[in-house]
Amino acid sequence: MKMIKKTLLSLLVLAAIFACSSSEDGSPSTGGNTDDFNRQAMLTNWADNFIIPAYQALASDLSALKSDKDTFVANPDQGNLDALRFSWLEAYETWQYVEMFNIGQAEQINYAFQMNVYPTNVSDIQNNIQNGGYDLASVNNNDAVGFPAVDYMLYGIAENDTMIINAYTSDALAESNKAYLSDLVNQMESLTTIVLNDWTSIYRNEFVNSTANTATSSTNKLTNDFIFYYEKGLRANKIGIPAGVFSATPFSDKVEAFYNKNVSRQLALNGLRAVQKFFNGEGFNSTSTGESFKQYLDYLNTIKDGADLSELINDQFDEAELKIQALNDNFSQQVETDNTKMTEAYDELQKAVVLLKVDMIQAMNISVDFVDADGD
Amino acid sequence: MKLSLRTYFDQYTNAAPLVVFRICFGIMMCLSMIRFWYNGWIEKLYIEPKFHFKYYGFEWVKSLGEYNYLLFIICGLSALFVALGFKYRLAIITFFLSFTYIELIDKTTYLNHYYFISILSFLMIFLPANARFSIDALRSKTNYTKIPRWTIDSIKLLLGIVYFYAGLAKINSDWLLKAMPLKIWLPSKYDLPLIGNNLMQQDWFHYAMSWSGMLYDLCIPFLLLYRRTRIFAFVLVVFFHVFTRVLFPIGMFPYIMIVGTLIFFDAKLHEHIIRLLKRALPSLKSKLKNVEVLPQSKLKRQIIIPILTCFFILQLLIPFRYVLYPNELFWSEEGYRFSWRVMLMEKAGLTTFKIVNGNTGAFFYVRNSDFLTTFQEKQMGFQPDFILEYAHFLGDHFTAQGHQAVEVYAESYVALNGRTSQPYIDTTIDLYKQYESFKPKTWILLFNDDIKGL
Repeated sequence: MKMIKKTLLSLLVLAAIFACSSSEDGSPSTGGNTDDFNRQAMLTNWADNFIIPAYQALASDLSALKSDKDTFVANPDQGNLDALRFSWLEAYETWQYVEMFNIGQAEQINYAFQMNVYPTNVSDIQNNIQNGGYDLASVNNNDAVGFPAVDYMLYGIAENDTMIINAYTSDALAESNKAYLSDLVNQMESLTTIVLNDWTSIYRNEFVNSTANTATSSTNKLTNDFIFYYEKGLRANKIGIPAGVFSATPFSDKVEAFYNKNVSRQLALNGLRAVQKFFNGEGFNSTSTGESFKQYLDYLNTIKDGADLSELINDQFDEAELKIQALNDNFSQQVETDNTKMTEAYDELQKAVVLLKVDMIQAMNISVDFVDADGD
Repeated sequence: MKLSLRTYFDQYTNAAPLVVFRICFGIMMCLSMIRFWYNGWIEKLYIEPKFHFKYYGFEWVKSLGEYNYLLFIICGLSALFVALGFKYRLAIITFFLSFTYIELIDKTTYLNHYYFISILSFLMIFLPANARFSIDALRSKTNYTKIPRWTIDSIKLLLGIVYFYAGLAKINSDWLLKAMPLKIWLPSKYDLPLIGNNLMQQDWFHYAMSWSGMLYDLCIPFLLLYRRTRIFAFVLVVFFHVFTRVLFPIGMFPYIMIVGTLIFFDAKLHEHIIRLLKRALPSLKSKLKNVEVLPQSKLKRQIIIPILTCFFILQLLIPFRYVLYPNELFWSEEGYRFSWRVMLMEKAGLTTFKIVNGNTGAFFYVRNSDFLTTFQEKQMGFQPDFILEYAHFLGDHFTAQGHQAVEVYAESYVALNGRTSQPYIDTTIDLYKQYESFKPKTWILLFNDDIKGL
């Protein structure tokens, strides 16, 4: 009995110490009483205002591409080639808004690997055309399909427009060329339909309801995807690799839309704009903003009262955009004439990697990978 | 003084607490090894990586490849033998060596509690933990019921050091005055049932957790030592460790500590546990000769006591070695490890390496993922000794590839406890020409803030 009394007494004393110590440290409470950031609203905003509309736009672009392709294949002439090229570019620009969402069906079917692996492998494409019987979904064909392969088929298959049209009319392989072009476009369209349908039928609800902070929850996975895309798809693939940042020499032939020769900057700018719009929670079709990384960081900042991270990140995106604006329309040419400008653009993009990967991840306390070893 | 020390070392006490400790320790360690294997970590952490980060002075410790599995089997079996008290001395030596070898393979996986296991098992080599209720006792048909008191006290002392030093380390301005890093960690637990959406988000709660965590660590050894507060202290131990287990991914450690602190209790409790175990294992009910006192040879004691005295002096001093380094401890981490600095920092970094041809100035950047696992890359990002070691690896690698006049520069940004990331490594220093040593690393840039405290 005496023991229990003593125990209770010491418990009270300790409780009092804890209570005092916490209140005497008088930093004002700014976080409010409850968690006022609604993560589900962020996921909903992402899904309903950005991801699904972007996929819908891409699907509609690709169906336009498909019908222009049908027209061209039926009647390969300069006018139809121009129309087909135009809709290819439209779809490619929209593609820049979805490449980062490697989640759900897109992740399961390796969607991005079947849509935009470049440089495309010309000898693989030629083999496929000559031998037929190809499986476009095969991993071995990842570098022979998607936008870069169509880029080759529309701009690179022969030297000039007349000869390109010949490749689809008088050439000995004209029928095979037509078939391959057709299969490429159809495949891109059908893959996109699969991903979009999954989002609109089942996955959307699963996505917005996965609000926990675990390695497999929506917020964490998409944050990883977002940063991974920024680092790999945008920074390395579009700028760094062609500029020779990771190699002893630059590679002017490793730019996006290499055969088109005119739009690699445009596509890179689209990719960066997609990143920034998504970061700020804008809709795909609008500039009105909703719950987003930016708002989440602003909320977390009210708790820890540090530097305005979302502003730093936006400023850095703007800096990078300026540097990319200053480049040639055709990155191949930029690499060959003045590669320093390319590496400067890379450096500005890289600075944002630090802010995203170090500061943002730290603020959100999300693990950047799936290693689940113990901590201490 | 000398006299009272001598009488202290002549005191004897009931062997039960040490015996129960041995059994629990062995079982826990055996389970830990199985868990490690089951989670696929042997493969992921010790076999898959192409490159391992080494402790200074232990570069000779190599990963055994597929044979690492054998190492884990040996380690797990020796733990089991420790629990059974079968060939105890040999078993605990084997456990200490194999466990420590595993830890030395790659410092990426360094955790304070692995270090704790290593030194605890070292200490146990010198303790008569198989005195009774062990297969060794069965085989020699002798139970020793009394053992020297210092043997049990030495484990209490080690546990006390771990807690108390962990508490001392929390006396710093980030922890107490900014509630960092709990202010980052706790709000991110928004998905905990009941408390995630409210308590975890509250400013006062972050401070309350910081302060009570510090007080808990400082006080708990004394509350456990003092008989009248012992039960209360144990309730605290259970509550604290279970709570941290819920919040953070800390594996088996909380359970090991909970079971470990049982050694502070009176022998009555342990006698009871042994009785229960005997009831559960009726086959062990053999008639053993109960011998009162474990005989101690004078010579043995003259060797063991000095060894353990040195061991404990080192334990008390090592955590303070950081005062010899000029840079901020949390920033440069010189003298950070092996010091019971647990959960003190939220630190992240990004370090990229530039390989420069010293003759032409031509350069390119390294993709770290070509050489490191994501886990290694993460740990390397903010720890200078990792950065230096990796820089040398890269230098050797590219020299072997035929690159000329290789120089290696690091561009590194590190964020600490919610501060904005800042440059970490002097980008003008060729790290390939810097070498690891205990000297201060002058190529680490100075911390642009001040963290006051121990």
